[in-house]
Amino acid sequence: MAQITLENVTKTFGAVTAVDRVSLTIAEGELVALLGPSGCGKTTTLRLIAGLEIPDSGRIFIGDREVTRLPPRERDVAMVFQDYALYPHMNLMDNIGYPLKVRGVPREELRQRVQEVARRLQIGDLLDRRPSQISGGQQQRASVARAVVHEAQAFLFDEPLSNLDAKLRLEARAFLKHLQHTEGVTAAYVTHDQAEAMALADRIVVMNHGKIMQIGTPLDVYRNPQNTFVAAFIGNPPMNLLPCHLDMAQGVLVVAANQAPLDLGLLRERIRVALKDGDSLTLGVRPENITLGAEPGPAAIPGKIYVTQPLGGETLVNVEVGDQLVSVRIFTEELPPLPEQVWLTLDLARTFLYGPDGERIV
Amino acid sequence: MNRYESPLARVGIVLFTMLAASFFALPLLWLATAPFDARVNLTVHIPAELTLDNFRAVFQNSFAVRALLVNNLIIAGGAMLTVATVATLASYGLSRTRIPGRDILVYVLILFSSVVGGTAAMVPLFLLAYHLGLVDTHIGVILVMSGGLLPSAIFIMRDFVDTIPRSYEEAALVFGASPLHIFRDIAFPLVRPGVAVVAIWAFVNAWGAFLIPVVLLRSPHNMPASVALYSFYSEAGTPVHTLVAAYAFLYTIPVLVLYLIVNWRFGFRFFGGIKR
Repeated sequence: MAQITLENVTKTFGAVTAVDRVSLTIAEGELVALLGPSGCGKTTTLRLIAGLEIPDSGRIFIGDREVTRLPPRERDVAMVFQDYALYPHMNLMDNIGYPLKVRGVPREELRQRVQEVARRLQIGDLLDRRPSQISGGQQQRASVARAVVHEAQAFLFDEPLSNLDAKLRLEARAFLKHLQHTEGVTAAYVTHDQAEAMALADRIVVMNHGKIMQIGTPLDVYRNPQNTFVAAFIGNPPMNLLPCHLDMAQGVLVVAANQAPLDLGLLRERIRVALKDGDSLTLGVRPENITLGAEPGPAAIPGKIYVTQPLGGETLVNVEVGDQLVSVRIFTEELPPLPEQVWLTLDLARTFLYGPDGERIV
Repeated sequence: MNRYESPLARVGIVLFTMLAASFFALPLLWLATAPFDARVNLTVHIPAELTLDNFRAVFQNSFAVRALLVNNLIIAGGAMLTVATVATLASYGLSRTRIPGRDILVYVLILFSSVVGGTAAMVPLFLLAYHLGLVDTHIGVILVMSGGLLPSAIFIMRDFVDTIPRSYEEAALVFGASPLHIFRDIAFPLVRPGVAVVAIWAFVNAWGAFLIPVVLLRSPHNMPASVALYSFYSEAGTPVHTLVAAYAFLYTIPVLVLYLIVNWRFGFRFFGGIKR
C-alpha cells in the first residue's frame, strides 16, 4: 500500500474545467471519500488517479513514483466501478481472476488465489456462475474481489454502492469498511451520498465545480463547515442558511426573510474579518441547534409553524420565517403543544456566519 | 387496432398485402418445385413427374460445378473473412478513439461511399485492378467486393461496438491488460453476434455477385456460379429451364444454411440494439 498525492491537478473537457487545481494527499491505509453533487469533478479526479484520464497540468504520485502520464496498467491501482464492469461472457472465476490472467499467473495458482479471496468475500460458491446469474449485492462483491485479487498499491471506488437497494447498501457499506480496515488499503472513494462518505471515510473531500471546498474528518466537516456550500451539502436535513445583513448602528443582524433583528451577542467577538454596515451575510444553523419557544428573546427570531413531522425518536418542525422555511429538529418522541406563532432561539455557540463570498467568518 | 379503420379498408389492405406477398413468393415457390420437375416452364405447378435427373445433368457440367463449389466459396469466403476482420477492427477503432468530428466523418464517408460504390466506380476499379495485376484473380474480386461492402459493414458493426460499456475496457486497462488483451478477451467476445451478422451479410452479398466478377475475371475456370449459370443457356440464348432451376436451387442452399445457423446461434439482430 502506498500514499496517493495530487499536486495542483487540472483537467478540462473543452470549455468545462472538470478538476480545478486540486491538491490532495491520501495517506497510506487511509480511506478518503470524494464527495459532491454530480458534475463536481469527483469521478474525474478518481479517473485521473487511475490513469483513465491524463491531467492538463499538475502532478500525481502513487507512493514515491510519479504516475502523471503513465497508462493505467503501469500505475498498480485497483478499481471498483459503479456498474461493476463484470464481463458478461465470463464466469466469476474468470472475472475475478482476470487481473491475474493478464499478468500470466499460472492457471492453478490463479484458481487458488481467486478461491481464497472469494471465500473471504463470501462468494466462494458462486465462482462458476456468470454475472447475470447472481444478485446485485453478489456482483458488487465480485467486483470488489477482482480488485482485492489484483493486490494493488491503492483502491479506487467509483460509487460502488449506488446500484444497490437501500438495505443492501447498508450491508455492503459495513462490509467495505470492514474490508478496508482488515486489508489496511489506501483508498479513494467517490460518492454523492454524504451518509456513505461520513460512515466510511477517514477523511472527506467535499468538491464543487471541480474545486475542493473542504477537506476534513467526517465530524470536522459536519461540525465546522468552512463555507455555505459544505454547510448546505453535509447534514440531513441540511443546515438552515438564512441570508441577512449587518446593521452597525443597532449592532444587530437583520434577517432578510422577515427583517427580524438578531442580537449577535457572543458571536460579535468571534468574527474574524472586518465588516461594514449593510454587508450581506449568511447565518448558518443546524436544525438541532434551534429551540422553539412562545416568548421572544435576544437571540430569537419570530416564525410561524408550517408543518410538524414526527419521525419516531425525533420530530422535524418546519417553521415559516418570512418567505423562508427553517427546519428545526427536536429530540422528543412527543412534541409539547406549540402556539402557531413561535420564537426560534438559535444556539449562538453553534451558529455559523458566512461572508458575502460564502466563506466562513465566525 | 385503429378504430377509424372501416372493415372495407381492412379487407383492402389484406388483399393488397396478399397480392404483394404472392408477387415475391411465386418465384421462390418455383425455385422449390421446378428443380424436381421433369418438364419445367415458367409457371408454378406441382411436378407431374418427380425426378433428380436435372441435378444429374447439372453435375455433368464441370465448369458450373467448379464455379459453385470452388470459385464461389473462395470469393464469398474471402470477402466474408476480409469484411468481418476489417469491419470489426475498424469499427472498434472508430468507436473508441477520440477524433474531433469523428461522427460526421464516419457518417459522411461511409454513407457517401455506400451510395457511390459499385457500378458507377466499375471503370476506375477495373483500371486499378489492371495496374495492380489483379485482373482475372480471385484476390482482385475479393478486394473489390470487400471494398464495396465495408462501409455498410463498418456502419453495422459500430452499432454493436457502441453498445459495449466503456467501463469493461477501463476495468481491464486498470487491471493491467494491454489493448490486444482487451480486444481479444473482452471486446471481441462481446461483439461476436455483430461479427456473425456482418460476416454472413458479406458472404451472401459476395455469393450472389455478378457484375464485379464478370468484369474482373477472364478465364472460365475462375468464374463464380452467377456467371456459370449462363452455361445452362442454349446456343440460341434461351435458358434451359430444368437445368437453370436445378443449378439455382443448389446455388441458394449455402446461403439458406448460413442464415439458419446464424439465426439459431445469435438471432438476426440487424443494426445492433443489444439491450441488457
